[in-house]
Amino acid sequence: MNTKTFVTGLVISFLLLSCGGKEEKKETFNVDRKKSTETIAETPEPNNEVPASQRITLEDKGVGQIKEITLDPVINMEMAAAGEAIFKTNCTACHKLDKRFIGPSPKGILERRSPEWIMNMILDPKLMTEQDRCAKDLLIEFNGAAMANQNLTVEETRSILEYFRTL
Amino acid sequence: MKKYSYFISALMVSALLLTSCGNQNGNGGSNSALASNNAEKVYVAPGEQDEFYAFMSGGYSGNITVYGLPSGRLFKEIPVFSQFPTSGYGYSEETKPMLNTSFGFVPWDDAHHPDISQTNGELDGRWIFINGNNTPRIARVSLSTFETEEIIELPNSAGNHSSSFITENTEYVVAGTRFSVPVPQRDMPINEYKGNFKGALSFISIAPDTGRLNLDFQMMMPGFNYDLSHPGRGKSHGWFFFTTYNTEEANSLMEVNSSQNDKDFIAAVNWKMIAEYVKNGGGTKMATEYAHNVYDEHTHSATSTMKKEVITVDPTKVPGAVFFLPTPKSPHGCDVDPSGQYIIGNGKLSADLTIHSFDKMIAAIEGKKFDGEAYGIPILKFEDVLAGTVKSGGLGPLHTEFDDKGNAYTTFFISSEVVKWKLGTWEVLDRQPTFYSVGHLMIPGGNSRKPFGKYVVAMNKITKDRYLPTGPEMEHSAQLYDISGDKMELIYDFPTHGEPHYAAGIPAELLAPKSKKIYRLDDNKHPFAVTSPDQAKVVREGKEVHVYMSTIRSHFTPDNIEGIKVGDKVYFHITNHEQDFDVPHGFAMIGQNTSELLIMPGQTKTSLWEPKKVGVWPFYCTDFCSALHQEMQGYVRVSPADSDVPLTYTLGE
Repeated sequence: MNTKTFVTGLVISFLLLSCGGKEEKKETFNVDRKKSTETIAETPEPNNEVPASQRITLEDKGVGQIKEITLDPVINMEMAAAGEAIFKTNCTACHKLDKRFIGPSPKGILERRSPEWIMNMILDPKLMTEQDRCAKDLLIEFNGAAMANQNLTVEETRSILEYFRTL
Repeated sequence: MKKYSYFISALMVSALLLTSCGNQNGNGGSNSALASNNAEKVYVAPGEQDEFYAFMSGGYSGNITVYGLPSGRLFKEIPVFSQFPTSGYGYSEETKPMLNTSFGFVPWDDAHHPDISQTNGELDGRWIFINGNNTPRIARVSLSTFETEEIIELPNSAGNHSSSFITENTEYVVAGTRFSVPVPQRDMPINEYKGNFKGALSFISIAPDTGRLNLDFQMMMPGFNYDLSHPGRGKSHGWFFFTTYNTEEANSLMEVNSSQNDKDFIAAVNWKMIAEYVKNGGGTKMATEYAHNVYDEHTHSATSTMKKEVITVDPTKVPGAVFFLPTPKSPHGCDVDPSGQYIIGNGKLSADLTIHSFDKMIAAIEGKKFDGEAYGIPILKFEDVLAGTVKSGGLGPLHTEFDDKGNAYTTFFISSEVVKWKLGTWEVLDRQPTFYSVGHLMIPGGNSRKPFGKYVVAMNKITKDRYLPTGPEMEHSAQLYDISGDKMELIYDFPTHGEPHYAAGIPAELLAPKSKKIYRLDDNKHPFAVTSPDQAKVVREGKEVHVYMSTIRSHFTPDNIEGIKVGDKVYFHITNHEQDFDVPHGFAMIGQNTSELLIMPGQTKTSLWEPKKVGVWPFYCTDFCSALHQEMQGYVRVSPADSDVPLTYTLGE
């Protein structure tokens, strides 16, 4: 935190300096620094070596109303198509398939998270980031951009999960 | 340094509090045991909710404010007749049509009397209606979205004051003119008022399912001032009662000239009979012009239609439908008790209240016991319709509300008090001072068949020393009395916004469960909505540019736009993709000649920007929406009018 304040202070001083009249200077202003992830790494906590987005937590079912679900070995394509439509409207502002955006890409999420965890995260992200360790760490890793609760029903959420299985 | 000044301020405040306690003459409930008891009555602990909603008219603010009772906490201001930069109402392209009238765009009005919809004479909490007094209009506000959904202008009216009161099954919202005017309007000498001006009483029907308003007919009454009104209920359902003053038909120095007659009238109108007459082809179609503005919750947009015709009814053509009840001393308030038997006329220049009996009125009409006529309308004999008189000892009675135990509560403006009296015996039971010069009062449901007689709120016109001074202008004061016991107890005092003429209260349990939390994105029928971010785009049509933009915590899609030129008209159509309760996003553009927008979850709103200067101009979200709210911004590059910078729009590229 102090480091950050100091850096900010430096930035401000630079800005002040740059006000001194060299308007035509074309070089991009640059401070060699890495923020957040590295700053946090300086005060290490247990289990924090692997970034939350890369951790495998398949045993963790998360916190919330989804306690236990069983996935049929065969993907229900009709449900997945419904899920895709809901995902497109409600989620793509922050989650892109081809890249990390505001939040992570859902591609391969079932290799890292349990189906229950995924549904709980969609249904009540606030509760999850308050009470689930992995969700909390993800929030920090993703810049503090809190996931929006889109008020989806359990059925809608389940169909998004089915869609994730197709990715 | 700072600590010292805090300490000194604390000392001063304590000193003030102590001093002011000593000055209250026993009226303010400062007696310690009583005061702590009263404090408990109004204390709504943090996290707890109030028992009642109170909807207060904002008077010259043109809006409605929503308070909680008993706490007196302000929850919301609902924009109705006035532009409201806080939300963009009346500034956004979607809501500008709401303020359209036959006089053009009128961005303000004087809101007076809210009334909540009823079923069988009981509050049903679907809608609240309110009148615009200045440029005569009636508005309907949804009590699930708390948004104004409809405004209808009233032709042939002026000073739309005896409004907006609804019949007991919400068949009609009724609006009487305070100022009589030439009908149709024409160039004529003012002093030829008498006998030539008309007073229009408008009956606006309400569609039971949608609430949609329709000006069914206007009664063209003699040119008196129609001051206030209330519907009959129970046995008198089907009648409407209007107080009148200036039966002298004076047109100047009204303060003196309108107070010459010892008695004016309460006009009793059998609206069921007239509605039937009109339904059967009665009345005269008259060419006129008035705006009818409707807001659609699904397109999030309003449309304004100019109507060209109204049906007028000459009351003398419908015998048996209209009668005058002589009522002393320029009556102001016109209130009907929960049983529908008593019609109370509050003679504002009198000390007494006049109570007419509905049964006696019917008997007099049936017995044809008339005492002459005015412009062909029969006048009943005062003694034949009088049920009783409340000898109050107060001065300047204005308005009366009722509890559920057979009591009535009347405000007295000149003597600044609320007087409690018994229906039927007319005996005064209690009186309590108000601070100061009380106008209306409100008991939740107190003008319906089922009052909730726990509290009465007195709405005062003058505040003076009640609160810390804020320069010459003070917000009006309201006082809350506990009326659950035999005697009224003043338990709280709070400021109110604008001038709350009247108010309507309703138990929270009737409204809170159906209050809307979000607009569903998949219900959004706005023509410029984007329901997924990949639909976001910027389209140029000549000099008009349409930006189809989406928002979610915490970015706009797109957030970099180039290819805009000086002289363009840029419409930002912004859809909020949040689907979570209480997460609006704002939108503001530097140098914009309009207000910000506040866009509710699932809603689309449009803001017009006409860039005047070349440069790169930022826009941002005005509502602190998340930890990354400060990052919620974007840029628009504005090039000279003749430039050929291509139109592009991006996010994260």
